[in-house]
Amino acid sequence: MRMELIQPFLNSADAVLAQGLESAVSIDNLTMDEQAYRRKGIAAEVCLTGDIEGRIIFDADEHTAASFASHLAGTEVGGSDELVREAVCELANQIIGNAVTVLNDQGFHFRVHPPTIHTSEQGSKSSEDTEAVVLCFSTTHGKVYMNVALRYHHSSLHQAAAGR
Amino acid sequence: MEQFAPVKRSGDNQPVRYLIVDDSVFARKNLGKMVESFGGQVVGEAGDGVTAITEYDRLTPDIVLMDITMPQMEGIEAAEKIVGQHPTARIVMVSSVGYQENIVAALQRGARHFVQKPVKPEVLYEIIKYVMRDDQAAPQTAGAGAGA
Repeated sequence: MRMELIQPFLNSADAVLAQGLESAVSIDNLTMDEQAYRRKGIAAEVCLTGDIEGRIIFDADEHTAASFASHLAGTEVGGSDELVREAVCELANQIIGNAVTVLNDQGFHFRVHPPTIHTSEQGSKSSEDTEAVVLCFSTTHGKVYMNVALRYHHSSLHQAAAGR
Repeated sequence: MEQFAPVKRSGDNQPVRYLIVDDSVFARKNLGKMVESFGGQVVGEAGDGVTAITEYDRLTPDIVLMDITMPQMEGIEAAEKIVGQHPTARIVMVSSVGYQENIVAALQRGARHFVQKPVKPEVLYEIIKYVMRDDQAAPQTAGAGAGA
């Protein structure tokens, strides 16, 4: 997967996590993942269709996710699984929405589907076309992971070759 | 949360009444807290565009804060239907996706304003004041990355 697809997600996660969680954010790690995705805790999945297709999974362990939710709600929500899941979905929605806005400004058109809770322990294995990049961020609340598996749709590659 | 000078309805000096539409319970709660810090009153919530239309008919709020990406019916379509039935409806789109075409489509279909998530309270406050002060003014956009 090309770095130009990843950079908007790096920048967006950095900005949204720093603002929303009022936390220092650092990128711990960036790795290629050709194995099937293994969920770390509470995960939200957002799918894209269009010039760029694929999915992004935003994932945090349960303690970190509960800490996010409590911070965003301004009160302790550890007992509310629904609010914790909602917090993870909303953060995923904001990070991915901001990132795809940048990609859209670069000329790519696609549809963003609403986030859904990713419940399976394991995701689909990456293929050559959709090898995943795993981004790990450290925040004061804990670590969060973004597993980004995107590819250019064939029609967008043809447009790029024609001098987009 | 920071408190702001209350924004009141000019006609009767009563709190501005809000309908908040977002498929995320969390986003609705956050926006609700924000508008309450502006002195407003949340009179209703909806999690999709279809419910937003029925809730608008029932409640006739002063302002609707409307997400775009939602199940069943998306926010832009719901905004168009509400404005079709209620031409004076004040709808502010609130979305994490700030595509130029989304913003233009929303404004062309009757939304008054657009703000990108994550929403900064001071940005939304200025938009609310603007929308309540002059509901005949030309639509504008605001918020990080809105770009229009």
